[in-house]
Amino acid sequence: MKVLLQNAQIIDPQVKLNRTADILLEDGIITKIDESISIKADHVLDLKDKIISPGFADVHVHLREPGREDEETIETGSSAAAAGGFTGICCMPNTEPAIDSAEVVTFIKEKAKGLLVDVYPIGAVTKKREGKELAFLGEMAEAGVVGFSDDGVAVSTSHLLKYAFEYSSMFNLPIVEHCEDSSLTVDGVMNEGFNSTKFGLPPHPSLAEDLIALRDIAVLDYSGGRLHIAHISTKGAVEILRQAKKRGLKVTGEAAPHHFTLTDDAVQTYDTNTKVNPPLRSQEDVDAISEGLKDGTIDCIACDHAPHSIEEKEWEYIYSPFGMIGLETSVGLTLTKLYHTKILSLEDIVMKMSINPREIFNLAKAKIEVGENANLTILDANQNWTVDRFNLKSKSINTPFHGWELKGRAIGVINNKKLIINKQELNI
Amino acid sequence: MPLESRHLLGLEGVPKKDIELILETAVGFREIIDRPIKKVPTLQGKTVVNLFFESSTRTRISFELAEKRLSADVLNFTASTSSLTKGETLKDTVRNIEAMKIDMVVMRHTAAGSPHYLTQLIDSYVINAGDGSHEHPTQALLDMYTIKEQMGKLDRLNVCIIGDISHSRVAMSNIFGLLTVGANVAVCGPATMIPRDLKKLGVTVFHNLDDAIQFSDVLNILRIQLERGAASNFPSLREYSRLYGISKEKLLRNKKDVLIMHPGPINRGVELASDIADGSSSVILQQVTNGVAVRMAVLYLIGTRN
Ligand SMILES: [Zn+2]
Ligand SMILES: [Zn+2]
Repeated sequence: MKVLLQNAQIIDPQVKLNRTADILLEDGIITKIDESISIKADHVLDLKDKIISPGFADVHVHLREPGREDEETIETGSSAAAAGGFTGICCMPNTEPAIDSAEVVTFIKEKAKGLLVDVYPIGAVTKKREGKELAFLGEMAEAGVVGFSDDGVAVSTSHLLKYAFEYSSMFNLPIVEHCEDSSLTVDGVMNEGFNSTKFGLPPHPSLAEDLIALRDIAVLDYSGGRLHIAHISTKGAVEILRQAKKRGLKVTGEAAPHHFTLTDDAVQTYDTNTKVNPPLRSQEDVDAISEGLKDGTIDCIACDHAPHSIEEKEWEYIYSPFGMIGLETSVGLTLTKLYHTKILSLEDIVMKMSINPREIFNLAKAKIEVGENANLTILDANQNWTVDRFNLKSKSINTPFHGWELKGRAIGVINNKKLIINKQELNI
Repeated sequence: MPLESRHLLGLEGVPKKDIELILETAVGFREIIDRPIKKVPTLQGKTVVNLFFESSTRTRISFELAEKRLSADVLNFTASTSSLTKGETLKDTVRNIEAMKIDMVVMRHTAAGSPHYLTQLIDSYVINAGDGSHEHPTQALLDMYTIKEQMGKLDRLNVCIIGDISHSRVAMSNIFGLLTVGANVAVCGPATMIPRDLKKLGVTVFHNLDDAIQFSDVLNILRIQLERGAASNFPSLREYSRLYGISKEKLLRNKKDVLIMHPGPINRGVELASDIADGSSSVILQQVTNGVAVRMAVLYLIGTRN
């Protein structure tokens, strides 16, 4: 089957591509890229004023299956990802049971078979994520995990972390760290600062994140291996990452759209959808994250999609669980908050949302080049739209961005011989 | 002249004229309390629910008395937060209660922000009777009433709140309220009990009790909330009392005659020596009496609107 994509601005910094042209796909393979292709195709899409990029990948997603299929499943999470403009997602291991064995990895990969979105499991560092002994890292690596993490908590001890770095380096897979010194955050539900004082909510200091980032980098320096710092939310952690990179350590980092969009002022209404871990921080932190994204310290944008049922989010603030969904607002927030404010260029965004995450986690390549599989994201960087949480593909609706006006969104994705454009799905 | 605020969730952002109106209205109710017949028909036919998710006998009794003296129908609902674990949400509980056609809810809860959440769930007027470490507005109002009664003014008076500020809803409401009416506010306590960035509110922070006493016209001494984990904020009660306990000797050494207040219940010998608690400068019992009058004023002003 032939699909002709016409008149789009094609951006792929990997092959130094940034021009308006047509792309021809045949049976899901890119067969021609040219100024103007005239050929009889089965589907012709006029993408004037739209952007074609290598397929976006979000490396930090919670899918809740197995265990909490009422909140999200591999299938609904993947639909949300596709609707949000992603063709690949990494799913975190805090499921029930946890992803700590080859069986669970295989289960997830089976469930994800045939979907447009590629699903890449991340295995737990420790058995059941209990922080007591290493999980079956080798067996999981063979089964296809792309990294290891005890996300939700930091790797419990320096000793286990050292082992995790040493062991995982045999498979060249990163340790993805949730930086939080839990001795400092007991009961804490929001960023410690003026606002936590005013709102009377138990504080969660930024120091907790900075300390574990420092510890991890010290251990990495000693033991070797690769470290990927998840959801960076503090000015301190950005600086720690910056210095570690200067020293040439194998460390990368990600930031979530809510951490460069919202400050802890948003907690004022006690809307439990603003309760995330790490928490929303101060303006200073928000600025530092934008700066870190701009100067290349932070390698990728990942949304930490964390679905929760309505029932669970209807508790009082201190009792409700941490997390907000993000897959379907990530691109919109990034374009609104970073592109239209001239903090990042479109090329930068393609680097942060497609090329870097794919490289760090060894995901399937997405390259706009003749002969490559068509793994693409189609953007409309100027479309104004309103977030409607009742109109999402995710099974959960816990977003604080309901009703927000955003500028720019993903309108289509192509991968695995499937195409979705403006919510229409085709097998190609 | 009605209140600008629809509910009374806290004193943060409550305009000065609202606070003054409540304090003035309370003067009239304070007189009623001293009459042989202490009841007025003001809230006849109105139903008030006291919704206590955290036990606080003193506050509940004070509200209940205020409601009864205004002739309201009173319903007491006490639930421990452990019932939450049984799966009964705040939402279900209050929606059920409101379905019985009520007018006002007085709520005490361990979670900060619960009264704000409550206003999104129901149409009744909500009065916050203490939410976590956040606010306890009627306590602050009765403190302010008592200060004004004793000192004749609030404006430019030096008030210092002493003790565990970080776990205290009383402190936060006092700070917001007192600053609004023009008092100078300070806090004093160990650094581990002063929440971060508190100074940004415009308060002075003392860690030395002598400095605090010298600054003050009024000392509002907080209870050390041992039940809320305060003990881990300092090495021992003995040391706390040595550094921050108010004794006659410390007052004399600073040659200071100050008004002594405490929201109760007192840990005698810890935050306050007995001779001070029961001494002539202490207005602790007047605070309790005034509390009923102030709560009557709040219930009246909110409950009789339109
Ligand atoms: Zn995490
Ligand atoms: Zn996560």
